[in-house]
Amino acid sequence: MSLPPTPAQTIGPFYGTALPFAGGADVAPAGHPEAVTVHGYVHDGEGAPVPDALLEFWQAAPDGSAAGSPGSLRRDGARFTGFARVPTAGDGHYALRTLSPGGAPYLALCLFARGLPRHLFTRVYFRLPDGDPLLAGLPPERRATLLAVPEPGGHRSYRFDVRLRGDADHAETVFLAFPAGS
Amino acid sequence: MAAPEPIREREPERARGRQAPSAAGGAAPPYLGPVERRPRRPPVPLRLAPGAVELSGPVFGPADVGPLDCDLTRQHTGEPLGERITVSGRVLDGWGRPVRGQLVELWQANAAGRYVHRLDRHRAPLDPNFTGTGRCLTDDEGHYRFTTIRPGAYPWAHHRNAWRPSHLHFSLFGTAFTQRLVTQMYFPDDPLLPYDAVWNAIADTTARRRLIAAYDPGLNEPDESLGYRWDIVLDGPDATWAEEGR
Repeated sequence: MSLPPTPAQTIGPFYGTALPFAGGADVAPAGHPEAVTVHGYVHDGEGAPVPDALLEFWQAAPDGSAAGSPGSLRRDGARFTGFARVPTAGDGHYALRTLSPGGAPYLALCLFARGLPRHLFTRVYFRLPDGDPLLAGLPPERRATLLAVPEPGGHRSYRFDVRLRGDADHAETVFLAFPAGS
Repeated sequence: MAAPEPIREREPERARGRQAPSAAGGAAPPYLGPVERRPRRPPVPLRLAPGAVELSGPVFGPADVGPLDCDLTRQHTGEPLGERITVSGRVLDGWGRPVRGQLVELWQANAAGRYVHRLDRHRAPLDPNFTGTGRCLTDDEGHYRFTTIRPGAYPWAHHRNAWRPSHLHFSLFGTAFTQRLVTQMYFPDDPLLPYDAVWNAIADTTARRRLIAAYDPGLNEPDESLGYRWDIVLDGPDATWAEEGR
């Protein structure tokens, strides 16, 4: 590294006209029979919903490719681009429709919210595979915060909540840093 | 959707009782955000194996960004009010290599310091000819370029008499998901800067100055706009939390 990076700043409350886009939550092509829904709530350390968060998801395609494809901002309804951008609603809820990733069984998640001086990275796992170096290093209650939980019924829906700050009764979501040498 | 609430980047409980920086020039306390939104634990360091999803990133192309999206002065039928500016620079990675074909997004207040946003209740006028959002893709040398209006300062509730200096919000993608960056660009010699808690949220003085653009007459468009140059360096996967506060 020879150039020091530009520092991050808070997204602030007024990104709403600039960043969210139509169909931002629809990664799965329209009507795809294998589409899954991932949804949940973002809560703060007092259990209050976070109504001004922005979640970005990036993932491998079902065939395992992470090459991506243009067309996320103006979706054609047919192409799988791998990228989603979803603001939370007034009650802190978000939802996206996507396809299960191939290869690595997780979605990479980057979360922004007013009040965070820097964005937060985490992962949404669809299953907890053996030998995953991240998961293997976490105690069970922390590991569980990275798992999307299948919901009952046959509608291919998963629940994934984010807790920005934990307390005695609520596990804080595991957030990630990417150290040198990666 | 909950009913709109009148907020302006505020943290009400922290704002109460907080005093303004002294007239003698004391710097604003750094903005750390509401404590209830701040994780207690440090992030878990994760060494990315080759092929990890985070080592790639979303792809954007001409289908996503139109050629006029980078000119915020041409989004309406009339001319926006304010000082017309051109903002341009290069997006580089930590090795100084251009970051090519990547999405740069911009949003900002108008010349009076007001955002087109339902929650912005600042008593300053909206401009019917200015929305304040733009997009472009970097070119083969990593250049981005926007034509826009210099935004106005505006008050916010961090403490009594707190004003945000003129700033542009930037969102950038790199070639890896770990390079994702949202930040703010400031203008040189702005007297509000030393008092700004958001700017001061970056503890390191040298790092903080990297958010200030330079006036560059070479970027002026004669009879049209004043030029500001601002280069942006994206983190690689080499970024560590220990370096936070840059």
